[in-house]
Amino acid sequence: MNEYITLSLILFTIGSVGVLVRRNAIVVFMCIELMLNATNLAFVSFSRQNGNLDGQVAAFFVMVVAAAEVVVGLSIIVSIYRARRSASVDEASLLKS
Amino acid sequence: MTAFWFLAPIMVIAALGLVFARKAVHAALCLAVVMISLAVLYAAQGAPFLFAVQIIVYTGAIMMLFLFVLMLVGVDSSDAVKETIGGQRLAAGIIGLIFGITVVLAIGQTVSGAVVGLKAANGNGNPYGLSELLFGKYVLAFEFTSALLITAALGAMVLAHKERLTVRHSQADIAARRMREYAESGRHPGPLPAPGVFARHNAVDTPALLPDGSPLENSVSDSIVGRGQVRQGFEDDIDKLVEQVGDEQPSDELFGGEK
Repeated sequence: MNEYITLSLILFTIGSVGVLVRRNAIVVFMCIELMLNATNLAFVSFSRQNGNLDGQVAAFFVMVVAAAEVVVGLSIIVSIYRARRSASVDEASLLKS
Repeated sequence: MTAFWFLAPIMVIAALGLVFARKAVHAALCLAVVMISLAVLYAAQGAPFLFAVQIIVYTGAIMMLFLFVLMLVGVDSSDAVKETIGGQRLAAGIIGLIFGITVVLAIGQTVSGAVVGLKAANGNGNPYGLSELLFGKYVLAFEFTSALLITAALGAMVLAHKERLTVRHSQADIAARRMREYAESGRHPGPLPAPGVFARHNAVDTPALLPDGSPLENSVSDSIVGRGQVRQGFEDDIDKLVEQVGDEQPSDELFGGEK
C-alpha cells in the first residue's frame, strides 16, 4: 500500500519541480498533467485500501477535469503563441511594468 | 507487486526525463511512458475501467493534443538556457527535494490497516460498480461534468478562433485588379517572363535576355536575386572549356566520346 502512495508522491514532487524549472509553457503543462496523474494513482490505491470504489470515481472525475483543462490551456497557449510568437512563460510579462 | 517493482523505476526515470529533456517532444514521449505505466498499475489494482480510460483519454487524446500543439507552436522552441531569476533552478530543485523527502517520510510513518481489496466491491464487475456510484451517489457531479465539458469545448473554439483582419480576395477580384493595372500603368497582366529565354542556360538563376542581349531583371525570382546567386553575363562552363582547349578544333573524344 505505502509503496503506491510513495510512488505517487515522488511523481507529484517531480511534476512540481518541473513546473518551477521548465520555461516552455507546453512542458509546464505536461508537468501539471504528471501531478494530476500522480494524484489519480493515490486515489486508486486508497480505493483498494478501503475496499470501495469511491476513490476510482474520484480519479475518473479528475481525468474529466484534466481533459477539459488541457483543451482550454492548450488553446490559450496557441493564442498566446499567435500573438507573441513564443511559447516561453518568461516572455509573457506584460504586467511587469 | 511484480508489476509495481518493474514499472516504478521506469516511471520515475521517465518523469525525471520529462523535467530534464531539452526538447519538448522528448518530454512528451516520457510523459506517455509514465501514463501507460500508470494504466498498467491501475489494472493491477483492480481498476480495469480506469485502465481503459487512462489509455484512451490520456495517452490517446490528451497526449495527441499535446503533440499537435507542439507541431503548431514549433518543435524547436526549446527552453532558453538563461534564467530570468538568478539561481531559480537550484532553489526549485532544493525545495522540491525537501518537499519530497518530507511527504515521503510522513507517509512512511503512517500506520494503515490491512488492505481490504476490491473483491467485494468489484463483485458484479468493475464497470458495474463504478456506474452504480456514478449514476447514483455522484450523479450531480456527473451532470456538472457534462456542463464543464461543453464549456471547455466552447472555450477552446473561442480561443482558437482567428479573426480575419483583411478582406479575402477572390480570383475574380485578382483578375479585375490585373486588368485595371494594365489599363492604368500598362503592366502586363499575364505571368512574368520565364528565366533562361534566349540565354545560354534555362536554369532558374539565368535571367532571360532581351533582343539587345541585356538581361531581363524580373525574369529571375526575387529570392535568388536576394541571395546574390544570379548568373551574371555569359560566364559559363563552356567558356572555360573553350579556354582550356584553346584554338584546337573540338575533337570527337571531347564532345562525342561519352555517348
